[in-house]
Amino acid sequence: MTTLTVERPPVPRRTNGSLPPVPPHRGGGDGPDRDPAPHRPPLDNVRLAMLFLICSEVMFFGGLVSAFLVLRVTAAVWPPPLQPRLPVGVTAVNTLVLLGSSVAMAAALQALRRGDARALVRRLGLAAGLGSVFLLVQGYEWARLVRFGLTLSSDAYGTTFYTLIGAHAVHVLGALVWVAVVALLAARGRFTDGRTGALRACAIYWHFVVALWPALFLAVYLV
Amino acid sequence: MSATSVTAHAHVDHAAHHDLGFVRTYIFSTDHKMIARQFLFLGLSMMIVGGLLALVVRWQLAWPETAVPGLSNILKETDGILEPSTYNMAFTMHATIMIFFVIMPILAGAFGNFCIPLMIGARDMAFPFLNMLSFWVTGSAGVIMLSGFFVEGGHAAAGWTSYAPLSAVPSYTGVNWGQNIWCISLFIMGVGSMMGSINYITTIINMRAPGMRLFRMPLVVWSLFITAILLLLALPVLTSGVAMLLFDRTLGTNWFRPSGGGEPLLWQHLFWYFGHPEVYILILPAMGIASEILPVFCRKPIFGYHAMAFSMIAIAFLSWVVYGHHMFVSGMSPALGMAFTVTTMIIAVPSAIKTFNWLGTMWGARMQFTVPMLNALAFVSMFVIGGLSGIFMASTPVDIYIQDTYFIVAHIHYVVFGGSIFGAFAAIYYWFPKMFGRLTSPFLGHVHFWGTFVFFNLTFFPMHIIGVGGQMRRIYNPMQYEFLQHQQPWNVLITASALCLGLVQIPFVLNFFASLFGWRAGWFRVLAHAVGALVAGATILVFFSSLGYGKVLFGIVGLVVAVVVFAVSRRDTAGCGEKAPLNPWNSNTLEWTAPSPPPHLNWGATIPTVYRGPYEYSSPESKEDFLPQNVPPVGAAGARRH
Repeated sequence: MTTLTVERPPVPRRTNGSLPPVPPHRGGGDGPDRDPAPHRPPLDNVRLAMLFLICSEVMFFGGLVSAFLVLRVTAAVWPPPLQPRLPVGVTAVNTLVLLGSSVAMAAALQALRRGDARALVRRLGLAAGLGSVFLLVQGYEWARLVRFGLTLSSDAYGTTFYTLIGAHAVHVLGALVWVAVVALLAARGRFTDGRTGALRACAIYWHFVVALWPALFLAVYLV
Repeated sequence: MSATSVTAHAHVDHAAHHDLGFVRTYIFSTDHKMIARQFLFLGLSMMIVGGLLALVVRWQLAWPETAVPGLSNILKETDGILEPSTYNMAFTMHATIMIFFVIMPILAGAFGNFCIPLMIGARDMAFPFLNMLSFWVTGSAGVIMLSGFFVEGGHAAAGWTSYAPLSAVPSYTGVNWGQNIWCISLFIMGVGSMMGSINYITTIINMRAPGMRLFRMPLVVWSLFITAILLLLALPVLTSGVAMLLFDRTLGTNWFRPSGGGEPLLWQHLFWYFGHPEVYILILPAMGIASEILPVFCRKPIFGYHAMAFSMIAIAFLSWVVYGHHMFVSGMSPALGMAFTVTTMIIAVPSAIKTFNWLGTMWGARMQFTVPMLNALAFVSMFVIGGLSGIFMASTPVDIYIQDTYFIVAHIHYVVFGGSIFGAFAAIYYWFPKMFGRLTSPFLGHVHFWGTFVFFNLTFFPMHIIGVGGQMRRIYNPMQYEFLQHQQPWNVLITASALCLGLVQIPFVLNFFASLFGWRAGWFRVLAHAVGALVAGATILVFFSSLGYGKVLFGIVGLVVAVVVFAVSRRDTAGCGEKAPLNPWNSNTLEWTAPSPPPHLNWGATIPTVYRGPYEYSSPESKEDFLPQNVPPVGAAGARRH
């Protein structure tokens, strides 16, 4: 079980000898043999894995948003009377800030392609900074809403608002930590050798959490 | 090619140059085969917990409110008698553990990890570190789940479906932290399974050996591929649901509480939107395993390879649009109910295609009744029974009468025990020689299989009868209802069979460890056969004496049976613990070309090249009755290198 010996692959146990020509194909469902050649996959492992991670995340937020919509459309009055209204204007500006961070991330990848390590670190820092601004503004707005009396347990309005926006905020926070780590590694010259998987994965994830926000903004604030 | 082989060589050299030490080899291993073994041990040890909980439930139903043997030390206040709250906890945790921590780790976790890289000709998963992480995340979820038994108020007791508002308000069940732990554990398990499924999908899409086209993949890889996609898309919905439930319980949110504007039915929608794909997550790998094992022991190609793959894809698609059949009586619009009836009937079609293809594979074959084959045959036949009883439930008018009775309990166990667990046993017996490099004992395997098969049917078939007779699912004491009292003999029979079903797992455990550690000394073989024979005799004693017949009489009968079985068994001495040859079953697929057990990175300097589909048995192209995927065809240009 533990052996780490490297053995030669086993020699085929027999030869086919002199047999009649290959008969028409039976079973196994296969066409005529082509020369088997290794292929270059259209998407490399990192891109593919991130694509499926995003599918999974979409299902997670799909569950939350559809649950929210169920409560939203069955409520008699929405938002309920005597509850504060959500800050649409500030959040719209904040949305632009977050979208800006995505642009910074795209620029960082461009710097990576050019091999410009300093610009890469700078732009990663910019993306992380804009993301932090977004979170801080969100946090400030939350604090104001709580002061106005909108809490998790006040009713379905508060419940859905804080759960959905909170779930997104946790994702942004996680992505932010990832970007920060990647930026730190980039500053130490980690991605100069062509092994950029962690950086590219991080960029894809960052674009995802940014792209998720307008959808949530639309569903929770505007609808 | 050059880039691939250069990295391969680099890896091989790397592996040859240093030994990884105990911790990196056995505990924090990134080797897919070791992770597979870890998942297998996780699943099998959790199976003991889940099985014992089931026996506790059965004891209460056969002999209500009597002391359960062995529980007087645990349930001190009641002196071993189950209270309703403890009973609720037992059946809730039985289902939760069996579904999330036994079947999923064994079928998707262990055999997914073991089979995928070996059968597609990859050296490891696409992300070995992520793979290790996925085991440890899932394992910690299991530990967290078990810790719920020790908290104040006991473990979750709202059923494995945890319907709101029963589960959403702690005072309704009296369970506080137990249910929270249930939510937390499933949340973490969801993260672990997401890591695993991303890895599986990426590996299958990108890491196949040269020549391994999608439609040359073994069907078990197809099934695991589809299972991984279902896991990836279905579990996040449960994850979001349990997060909401946890918030309702701990933070005072109002997702499922009508008093704050919430909607209890919402939980059912979220749960079953996950829950129906989940049942296919549990059964699809077993279907793949059966499709893998039947051709090997029929020595025939699988009947309708493409139809098998496409019907699994069809099942996966349809599994998203049938979930409403779990909610026919929850106040759903009858028109919508009819739509779900129709879609549910439609999903029977691809399942039937698969069944007929298995029958077609067996048709006219000279079958070899080895232990894995017997388990695969049990899978097919039990799955048919479970599938047919599913059609009863799919039809709304019938379902309204039999829903939430023991009929559904019989149905789910025919599918999940008769299907998935027999599939798991088949896989364990079939791949054990490759996984651990040792052969298992056919004698103990036969005792285990026949005991399991007989007592499985004696346990679960009568449940159809008492279900139609009106016995409710999750009922605490059927004797409290006058209209159920005449059915009590059935309940006693079921419990007696369930006890025997537990008993006949002993030969399996013995076989597993004896083979694993290579105990093949003469005295040991005699001992193993004696234990197998004793279990056969003891089941007779347990079965009849728990039905109320004479203990002494059936003790003597059991002893005689044990002696006879022992005497007969001495002829069946092959196997147990011997070193496995490269290809003990004469199979075609790639995992049998690697050494047993395969070393780190699976193959030597070169990975195999694939020239054909996986089921070319008794092919006229070959003198032998099998034709491995990696053997070059006659006359292929440049192919005959050896």
